[in-house]
Amino acid sequence: MVGRFLGQPSDSPRPALVLLKDITKRFPGVVANDHVTFELRPGEVHALLGENGAGKTTLMNILYGLYRPDSGEIWVKGERVDIRSPRDAIRLGIGMVHQHFKLVLPHTVAENVALGLAGMPFWAPARAVAQKLRELSQRYGLPVDPERRVWELSAGEQQRVEILKALIRGAEVLILDEPTSVLTPQEAQELFKVLARMKAEGHGIIFISHKLDEVLAVADRITVMRRGKVVGTVLAQDTNKAELARMMVGREVVFRFTKTVCQPGEEALSVRDLYVRDDRGLWALKGVSFGVCRGEILGIAGIAGNGQRELVEVLTGLRPAERGKILLLGRDVTNRSPRLLSDLGCAHVPEERIRMGIVPGLSVEENLILKRHHREPFCWGGFLQTWAIRAFAQKAVEEYGIMTPSLRTPAKLLSGGNIQRLILARELSGKPVVVIAAHPTYGLDVGATEQIRQLLLRQREEGAAVLLVSEDLEEIMELADRIAVMFRGEIMGIVAAGEATLEEIGLMMAGERRPVSVRGEGT
Amino acid sequence: MDWTSWVISTVSRALAFGVPLLWGTLGEIYAERAGVVNLGVEGMMILGAFMAFAVTQSVGSPGLGLFCAAMVGGVAALVHAFLTVTLRANQYVAGLALSMFGLGLAGLLGRGWEGKPLSSTLPYLTVPGLSRIPVLGPMLFQDQTVLTYIGLVLAVLLWILLFRTRWGVAIRSVGENPATADALGINVTLVRYLCVVFGGLLAGVGGGYLSVAYRPAWTEGMTAGMGWIVIALTIFAAWDPLQAIWGAFFFGALYHLSYRLQAFLAPELLKLMPYFFAVVVLAASGFGRARWRRRAPAALGVPYVRGER
Ligand SMILES: Nc1ncnc2c1ncn2[C@@H]1O[C@H](COP(=O)(O)OP(=O)(O)O)[C@@H](O)[C@H]1O
Ligand SMILES: [Mg+2]
Repeated sequence: MVGRFLGQPSDSPRPALVLLKDITKRFPGVVANDHVTFELRPGEVHALLGENGAGKTTLMNILYGLYRPDSGEIWVKGERVDIRSPRDAIRLGIGMVHQHFKLVLPHTVAENVALGLAGMPFWAPARAVAQKLRELSQRYGLPVDPERRVWELSAGEQQRVEILKALIRGAEVLILDEPTSVLTPQEAQELFKVLARMKAEGHGIIFISHKLDEVLAVADRITVMRRGKVVGTVLAQDTNKAELARMMVGREVVFRFTKTVCQPGEEALSVRDLYVRDDRGLWALKGVSFGVCRGEILGIAGIAGNGQRELVEVLTGLRPAERGKILLLGRDVTNRSPRLLSDLGCAHVPEERIRMGIVPGLSVEENLILKRHHREPFCWGGFLQTWAIRAFAQKAVEEYGIMTPSLRTPAKLLSGGNIQRLILARELSGKPVVVIAAHPTYGLDVGATEQIRQLLLRQREEGAAVLLVSEDLEEIMELADRIAVMFRGEIMGIVAAGEATLEEIGLMMAGERRPVSVRGEGT
Repeated sequence: MDWTSWVISTVSRALAFGVPLLWGTLGEIYAERAGVVNLGVEGMMILGAFMAFAVTQSVGSPGLGLFCAAMVGGVAALVHAFLTVTLRANQYVAGLALSMFGLGLAGLLGRGWEGKPLSSTLPYLTVPGLSRIPVLGPMLFQDQTVLTYIGLVLAVLLWILLFRTRWGVAIRSVGENPATADALGINVTLVRYLCVVFGGLLAGVGGGYLSVAYRPAWTEGMTAGMGWIVIALTIFAAWDPLQAIWGAFFFGALYHLSYRLQAFLAPELLKLMPYFFAVVVLAASGFGRARWRRRAPAALGVPYVRGER
């Protein structure tokens, strides 16, 4: 391996920090990377832009030694290298902050950083690392407490731990996979400052994202990927949002929806002073109150892990409430079974599509009637009515545009977008009163995302009360009529969508309170 | 009955009976901390018991017997590691198979030795000086083998290793989140192999103790379900070597009492006692707020495949 490259005079022809040449990687059924070439120079932020599923993470996992490419070459600092494992990557000065953090939650920050770190003493490695950690935190402006346990930290703090983990290992190349997805807009600005500091010290940074604005704000160069291929590389100063969107999606993109004026009806779902515990027995919801009216969409914004998951679970009967009340059309349904709630017209589009939304091994048609398989016309005298099921499924597949080889295909073989269409087809059949949608477009391509947003808007027009939980602020600003922001299990405020600015919501996501209006304007 | 002498002898016997439980539990704690359940403890212990007996009887050295017991336990655990870590077989099924296999094999090989007393046994010690302390002396420092004390020291050392060293961080991380450990360059497979085999060594010694010290003879099925108690104790001790000490001696006392109280209660009922308490303890540790703090390593029982989503 060559020595440290940063000390060389800047005018000499310098090799790229990283060069990925003609990388191809296939997974069963998809070519995740199709002859991809990507270059990172020292002292630059190079953004990798693409929709979900474009192959960005796969490419970086190859660079980090988690996957082996089927073909292609990797060059680091002018030398051809063979990266067989993360250990090799670390040795070459490559650090990666994964989209889903790789942290040992029950351990302390120091223990997490010390894990596998070369040059640590055998005894009490955590104590030795704490000192170094404080120095680095200072230098880059990344405050963390080495003694804290990681599960106690916010997502933003956990991200700092991940960045420090890479820096302490001497990373010259830092890969950040969708780093802003767990941050408030203000925290994202902080991160960009840290990146600027690292850039000034000569680090190269690969910044993965699917958000156009932030890519334009932070990157020097931008490489756009679509369906496993590189569409092109452009200088950030020479491009704009519309061009990037076109490259990313492959066609002109409409950024706007046609949305009718909100005409809220009676309050369909009311939540009063709800207290709920999480899996660890700690309070996840601390006195949450709000109401959703028929004909409106209430958006729940907030960084993941502030109680949204528990809120959705308690509203759908999957988690007990310790205190407080849930009313569905005025009827007390606190701590009632999911079956009863669904019979009363509560539709649930769950966060974890495959784990909770479908039974992966059952066929498309069976999945479509899961909620009502015990009722006529699908069941009669304890026997399933194949004919009725088939007819219903056929209609649903056509109406919702579910692309499936046949009605008998196991649901797990469908793509993410089609699984989500299937779930919506099932949940929205039979005119729900309340629709609870958790991250309904997460990880979907633009086409499926548009369709699912339209479906939610149609529910609102047909008089359902829609609760939309999402981390995607843009999605919430676009769809919701009112926005409630959650922070540490409480609602910081509920604002009308037209009046709220991104900055305001960002501050609330970080814990600043606004007056709460519990009811919709209509009541 | 003289109460002081009754208490003294109960504590002393509980210690002696707790030894195989302690060794087995310490081993299982390490395997499970690295994320591998090994239900084969019963099998490894009985193989250890047989091996220790056979070697000691043939060579006349209980030390060598115990060494061979450790080896046979280690080899059995190696098979378990190969099945579960390399081939990613179901850990529970593989462990159960190992227990059945061990019991069967030891029974088969031990036919000719059945019921024979051992000629040279592991000596019982009287610690000079300390044993003369009133009450405590006879409780703790008389009529124990060296394995009692090694076991106690080992528990402390293993606690330090687990919570205060680089290796400990690696082992615990592999059991909590192998993907993270892998991404930081820890060899997950190696750590799991080492911990499982180490667990087997200790289980083998625990079994060997039974046949060369506690009851110096060979009887088929002489581990009498201790391996299963070890599994429960691991949970009871919350995967903490120091807490394993209390657990092992509590259950040692229960075992011992089930002999002592035979005059008063139906022996079948008393024999049930350790298992009954195992169920109570497991049920209790599954309740309430304690669940998160006393919870199993997150990746326990889950094979690790790099790149799986
Ligand atoms: N481990 C894997 N096994 C099978 N398919 C995978 C795996 N990882 C990624 N893929 C597939 O490869 C494609 C690219 O995925 P990914 O690199 O995660 O995209 P991005 O990070 O751009 O959202 C997707 O179609 C995805 O389903
Ligand atoms: Mg990704």
